[in-house]
Amino acid sequence: MAIDTDKNSYTIIFAIVMVLVVGSILAGLASGLKPLVDANKRFEKQQNILYAMGINANEGTSDVEFISTDKVEDEFTSTITKQYVIEGTKVSEDSEAYLIDIKKEESKAKDASYTRRLPLFEGEKDGQPIYVIPIRGKGLWDAIWGFVAVDKSMTIQGVFFDHAGETPGLGAEIKQRYFMDDFAGEHLLNDAGVYKGINVAKGNADPKNERKSDNAVDAIAGATITGDGVTAMIMKDLKMYVPYFKTLK
Amino acid sequence: MGLLSKKDSKLILDPLADNNPITIQVLGICSALAITAQLKPSIVMAISVVFVLSVGNVVISLMRNIIPSKIRIIVQLIVVATLVIIVDQVLKAFAYTLSKELSVFIGLIITNCIIMGRFEAFALANKPWQSFLDGLGNAAGYGLILIIVGFFRELLGSGTLFGFKVLGDSVEKTGLYAIGYENNGFMVLPPMALIVVGLIIWVQRSRNKELIED
Repeated sequence: MAIDTDKNSYTIIFAIVMVLVVGSILAGLASGLKPLVDANKRFEKQQNILYAMGINANEGTSDVEFISTDKVEDEFTSTITKQYVIEGTKVSEDSEAYLIDIKKEESKAKDASYTRRLPLFEGEKDGQPIYVIPIRGKGLWDAIWGFVAVDKSMTIQGVFFDHAGETPGLGAEIKQRYFMDDFAGEHLLNDAGVYKGINVAKGNADPKNERKSDNAVDAIAGATITGDGVTAMIMKDLKMYVPYFKTLK
Repeated sequence: MGLLSKKDSKLILDPLADNNPITIQVLGICSALAITAQLKPSIVMAISVVFVLSVGNVVISLMRNIIPSKIRIIVQLIVVATLVIIVDQVLKAFAYTLSKELSVFIGLIITNCIIMGRFEAFALANKPWQSFLDGLGNAAGYGLILIIVGFFRELLGSGTLFGFKVLGDSVEKTGLYAIGYENNGFMVLPPMALIVVGLIIWVQRSRNKELIED
């Protein structure tokens, strides 16, 4: 029996059946693979946090190398000893604080009655406590985010930056070693103990980054807006943690 | 008589050389420019296209008698899109870092003209087995050029292959760099891919005069 494939009714039925079949195949696949995809995202976050603390596989290369995904979970649980959630003046421990979506928290906080939950991770390195803080902001084209590791006096121990879609070769360079390594040792507070952040500065006259207490690192040429975005997200997001660090002293 | 008849093996072998989708039909150039700065993404892209095109050709061929001709382009598009989403999801689950690197290009397979071209020109009119071979051959022909271009661009542009420093270290000045060799920064930019493709076409046509049009 030959089907008249030109009939309108046939065309419509064919389209409906096709959409249903394809839709269910894809829905099944997506939900089947979701646990694996989620695990990958979690590992990536753990790798980034550990990277900011200086735990990485950078040895012998000039690229950014994370510790491998099969080891990251163990390394993360043994290195990050405590995770906190800061809500206003209340500080509580929460072993899943690193899963807090700071993008969602940021939009919820637009409502003035909402107390923003700030995640903070504490680890230990060379006998000193190190605190890792997630930050998020805007670059030229899309979101930029990162993690900053600081010690008790808010001196930066290491950073990690990433971006969703900055210009390759210019803004995208914020995730390169030569830019991120400059942040280590920089002071977030000025000599009087006032929060100043880090200015990604043009004309910094310090390309080798020898002055650690000037609250500035050298910008990437041609990446002004992305650099300003880094400055802004450090200023805005890290500042919220300053009251907590005052209590540590 | 082996596994493939003479006509069948022609379906696979033709697109590899004398009827190559990139160098002869000049299809799929866009992605050939975008992702060939390094060898690894070129290979992954080639494998993904082999999967999408050969499976897609079979699916279209199986449905060729029941697809309403009025909406056949949309049906083809849905088949490509479905397969591409499958590739994307599988990469996200099993090769996360790679999928981040390739991110947008996997999605762009949908717009790869070779795929729609083969669906429309071959799979709609041929049996599944022949369509499978045709898809395999064309995707392999595309992938072959991608890998050749990727090889030269990574080697000459960054002095590496698969990220390994095969020519020595350009910062430490070891290996070839010790005698004054410099990487050609142009090679990592997209226009150079076009020039490399052009060179391949030149070599191919000077070896086989039949390919030269009047």
